[in-house]
Amino acid sequence: MMETLDSLLPVAILLSSLLPGLAIFMVAEDSHWLRGLLNMTGALVKLVLVGMLVWGVYHDHSYDAELVLAPGLSLVLQADALSVLFVTLSSVLWLVTTVYAIGYLEHSPNRSRFFGFFSLCVTATIGIALAGNLFTFVVFYEILTLATYPLVSHRGTPDATAGARAYLAYTMTGGAVLMIGAVWLQTLIGPVDFTQGGLLAEQPEALHGQFIIIFVLLLAGLGVKAALVPLHGWLPRSMVAPAPVSALLHAVAVVKAGAFGIVRLVYDIYGVEFAHALGLLTLLGVLASVTILYGSIMALSQDGLKKRLAYSTVSQVSYIALGASIFGPVATIGGMVHLVHQGIMKITLFLCAGNYAETLGVHKVSEMDGIGRRMPWTTLAFSVGALGMIGIPPIAGFISKWYLGLGAIKADMPWVLLVLGASTLLNAAYFLPILFRAWFREPPPHWPHEDIPRRRLETHATLLWPPLITAALCLLAGLFAAAPFSPLEWTTLIARREYP
Amino acid sequence: MTDSLVLALVVPLAGALLVTALPAHAARIGLFSVMLNTLNIALLTLGVWQHDELQLALGDWAPPLGIGFVADGLSAAMLAMTALVSLAISVYAGDYFRDPARARHFWPLWLLLLTSLNGLFLAADLFNLYVNLELLGLSAAALGALGGQRTALEANLRYLLVGLLGSMTYLLGVALIYSGFSTLDFAQLAAQLARGDAAASGLLGATALGLMVMGLALKAALFPLHFWLPPAHGSAPAPVSAALSALVVKAAFYLILRLWLEVFAPLTTQGAANLLGLLGAGAVLWGSWQALRAERLKLLAAYSTVAQLGYLFLFFPILQGLPAGETRSNLFAAVTLMALAHGFAKSGLFLAAGFVQQQAGHDRIAELGTTLQQLPATTLTLALAGTALIGLPPSGSFVAKWLLLGGAMANGQWWWVLVLLAGTLLAVAYVFRLMTRAFGLEPTPRHFFTQARAEGPALLLAAMATGVLGVATAPLWHLLGTSGGLG
Repeated sequence: MMETLDSLLPVAILLSSLLPGLAIFMVAEDSHWLRGLLNMTGALVKLVLVGMLVWGVYHDHSYDAELVLAPGLSLVLQADALSVLFVTLSSVLWLVTTVYAIGYLEHSPNRSRFFGFFSLCVTATIGIALAGNLFTFVVFYEILTLATYPLVSHRGTPDATAGARAYLAYTMTGGAVLMIGAVWLQTLIGPVDFTQGGLLAEQPEALHGQFIIIFVLLLAGLGVKAALVPLHGWLPRSMVAPAPVSALLHAVAVVKAGAFGIVRLVYDIYGVEFAHALGLLTLLGVLASVTILYGSIMALSQDGLKKRLAYSTVSQVSYIALGASIFGPVATIGGMVHLVHQGIMKITLFLCAGNYAETLGVHKVSEMDGIGRRMPWTTLAFSVGALGMIGIPPIAGFISKWYLGLGAIKADMPWVLLVLGASTLLNAAYFLPILFRAWFREPPPHWPHEDIPRRRLETHATLLWPPLITAALCLLAGLFAAAPFSPLEWTTLIARREYP
Repeated sequence: MTDSLVLALVVPLAGALLVTALPAHAARIGLFSVMLNTLNIALLTLGVWQHDELQLALGDWAPPLGIGFVADGLSAAMLAMTALVSLAISVYAGDYFRDPARARHFWPLWLLLLTSLNGLFLAADLFNLYVNLELLGLSAAALGALGGQRTALEANLRYLLVGLLGSMTYLLGVALIYSGFSTLDFAQLAAQLARGDAAASGLLGATALGLMVMGLALKAALFPLHFWLPPAHGSAPAPVSAALSALVVKAAFYLILRLWLEVFAPLTTQGAANLLGLLGAGAVLWGSWQALRAERLKLLAAYSTVAQLGYLFLFFPILQGLPAGETRSNLFAAVTLMALAHGFAKSGLFLAAGFVQQQAGHDRIAELGTTLQQLPATTLTLALAGTALIGLPPSGSFVAKWLLLGGAMANGQWWWVLVLLAGTLLAVAYVFRLMTRAFGLEPTPRHFFTQARAEGPALLLAAMATGVLGVATAPLWHLLGTSGGLG
């Protein structure tokens, strides 16, 4: 009995957003309460189930659910420490973003469609996190593309349509390349089950040449979503999406799915030692470094707040890939912990950007003079996120950079320190001016579109609380990094299992 | 159990006679017969599930004298798909053909079509096949012309003539076989060929197979013999287009598959299979490209059928090159899965397109934005069907494509990978050329369904292709597991 229950848990976690999502499509547009109820029930149920999962995995419980499609081809859901990290991040941030989106989209059109696809998007992300083999990963990776397309083009303006089209062109091509790589690998070695320590090292040496090509194919497919330069072109253009979508896309769903895939590729398919031996880590490291610097430099010159944040995402997500490319447990911890840290910091920033736009009609950095006086709480949350991105202690981002730097020294790769240093300076160069404007300049006599007048709170409660909560999480993750179940402790657990 | 073999013919045929006799109740009797047929096919499938194969000799006359029927896994799968698709089409048609005059013409022909399809999937000898093939072609062309416009008449007259040419070519092959082997029964033929009696019979058999496949390829609209399909499928009434694209061309393909892999397997060569694959590749590229350029939704759907049939033919060279084993049997199941998924997806797509056309008054893609946005359920249907046409998860075609890719790589036939890649990206382009229009600035629709009886069946069909068949494939593997022709 226990056995079946164990295999049901990952499935139940998947269904807790899939079923509400499908139901929401059918909900009549005016039934706000029913839709809200479905949304919140799904999000809360998922959180409880994920709590059970975390507890189980911590105590070395294994969860496996398999659906055989054909001999040698199965959908497998399983929970290891790495998937739990991503699942937890997704479900916590899904709850926060859903609350936010309900407030953000009040009175706007096509909400049943929006929340339906929103739930499907989270379902796909959870599927990616829980995928137990490469086939399952590809399935959910592609579903994610399909589920996010309607969200990117949700606004319906020509801009939105064009952005969504660019998104589609990039991700579909990437998906096809990923699929070819995945099938190729499976043809060579049979089912590619994610295995701690990798499963390619024991293969005959004659295959190594093909393994290198396959790695490049898989990396290209994943790199599109992870926005590795030069495959990042879709990301700034898809900024036309509504704020909660951007938040989810950048913190959890799409970009993170790519980064998570790269982590799986290096650690659980190739195995970090074997990838190192093939010289593939260098390739990944160079790509990641170029992306980190390029994204930061591009961010400098963006006046649109969301665009600046978008380029900052390009840069920050590659820290995860960078961590994977440095051989050694410390850097592994730095990269993986950034999966969580970047998520909570970036979602804070995007939710705040959404608040500025929704409350005051402020979309540009140049319009943010004195905004801290009008919206102190939002700006406080924004500041926490921004300082964290720069890497100021005690905010979460500092921990990531510290471990990455330490890992680079241990792996004898001093040039990584240069990349980190340059990136930190650039981060400061594009974030500090915003903070300066917001806090120290005089506010203008009129805001561009003051849609939400100031009452007891600076904006609607549903818009204000989510970024405050995530900002608090950024602080907690940094301050209590050494506490049990903190992101850092959890990634240390993963690294310990990865480097026996 | 074998009763269900007879009933598969008797039920729809009796229905056809009854609706002709009682035209006032055509819709009700018609729908009832189709439901009965679905029930019977469910029993038949269950029988095949348990016994692997069901056989029946009519009047106890053993072949080659009597007419024999056989249902194995492949037939059962095709029959089951046909039964479900035709049920959905019938529910939809009850709404679509409200005009009693048109309903009176539709139902007898439709039930006749169903009879011939069932007969074709069950037939176990070449002549019986010919009879059903002829009946199928005639009823299909007549149904296609039901719209009554000049273009429809022209297109379907051409369809009729092409169909006749196809069956004549096929019949020529059958005559050659009879002259050389004195039997038309599948099992006896296969046994004789396997023994490899005489070199002359090998040459004769190969010529006959060539003729039969050519005739059937014409009916299956294999590139470059596809020219008749887009106008015929694009101009027929929506429920008929659905049946033509999902079932009728699929029947011709089924026959090629059966003859190639089972009956005449000893005569086939890698070169000939490569030719089929090459034509399939041409179909994938040309059909997708034309679908991308089509200005009307139904024409897009019709060209996409040309492309999708191309995928099915890509399996031949790869199957041919693989030794018996797991990869090969997986691939055989995959081609079946692909055919089924396309059947569900394309019928759903055509039914949805028909509803869009009714609502908008036209089906020009460039001007459909408003209508699509007002019909969430139909738009979702189009999206699900499109997902299966592209071959993305969670559709059955994704699983099939995955296995096809794997087969091509295991075989070292790399060039097919490129064809698949190009076809997939073209399909993305033509599907999203339509879907992009559903996300504009139109006011929000109030309800999910506008007209459940028209939209529901289409949505269910599309959800079979993308959803059910992408996840629940194990039963298909079980059903096909021990059917003949598997290595």
